[in-house]
Amino acid sequence: MVGLVLVSHSPQIAEGTAELVQQMAGEVALTAVGGDAGGSFGTDPERIQAAIEDLDTDEVLVFMDLGSAVLSAETVLEMLSSEQREKVRLVDAPFVEGAFAAGVVASAGSDADECVEAAMEARTESKLHAE
Amino acid sequence: MEENRRYLTKLDSEIGDGDHGTNMHRGFQAALERLDGADPGSPADALKAVSMALISKVGGAAGPLYGTAFLRASTALQGKDEISAEDAAEALEAALGGIKQRGKAEVGDKTIVDALAPAAEAAKGAAGEPDASVAGVFRAAAEAAEEGVESTVPLTARRGRASYLGARAAGHQDPGATSTYYLLDAAARSLEGSS
Repeated sequence: MVGLVLVSHSPQIAEGTAELVQQMAGEVALTAVGGDAGGSFGTDPERIQAAIEDLDTDEVLVFMDLGSAVLSAETVLEMLSSEQREKVRLVDAPFVEGAFAAGVVASAGSDADECVEAAMEARTESKLHAE
Repeated sequence: MEENRRYLTKLDSEIGDGDHGTNMHRGFQAALERLDGADPGSPADALKAVSMALISKVGGAAGPLYGTAFLRASTALQGKDEISAEDAAEALEAALGGIKQRGKAEVGDKTIVDALAPAAEAAKGAAGEPDASVAGVFRAAAEAAEEGVESTVPLTARRGRASYLGARAAGHQDPGATSTYYLLDAAARSLEGSS
């Protein structure tokens, strides 16, 4: 099973995206980590680490919004035990669209590779399909 | 960080999100508390404690960046009870490597690297002098960092929030490079005072 961790500078963006994915994708293990340790805009490596460790799935995909979300996630990856690090992947995809695509595919029982592929497609998928 | 909190925040308000001074101050307050609370057994342990405090308390990008720098410096000094001038220069080199890797930045990108890279280079030079001292290494590093800070003024940012501003970031001094200079200068002053 694949779990998702959604890291945003904003608690509302992280939680709102989590709600959206859960609503549309159905059964998917997912944790939202928004804001810094003080509840302001920012990212909180400690909670990102806890979210990864607490997800009881074989594989974990981490989605990040901007700048320090990526730096924080990468730093957490360095701090994890090697056993845990092996099951975690940072996904280079748009936050909402990528998490949504991965969530839908994950809920269908796909593995991490397929979820990442779906999320990466969200990066190039046109919204208006204009020629 | 306490003395320069407002100035760092002012610099960051011009091209960043205006929280660098507050964030750095909060992070280093937490670092001091950790060091006061636990008695680190070695220089490596002390640097690791600082790293963990910065990673968990700074909040912005500076947390993981400086946290990684202190963590790499800690690893470089593993197993040493006393630090030589050469060790200090190697720790700075390791810190620079960590920041470059984490931030994917090079000299000229208008970041911490613009202060820390010349600092690590100068530290190496100072460590090779016949009368080398740890204080001397940090003084040389701080002086080179200060020049590095000035070099960021005309630059266009290629990393962080300021990179979205394009040419509009030119003409402003980089807050991250500036806080790096303050750290090195504080270390030099502290070592000069205690030797």
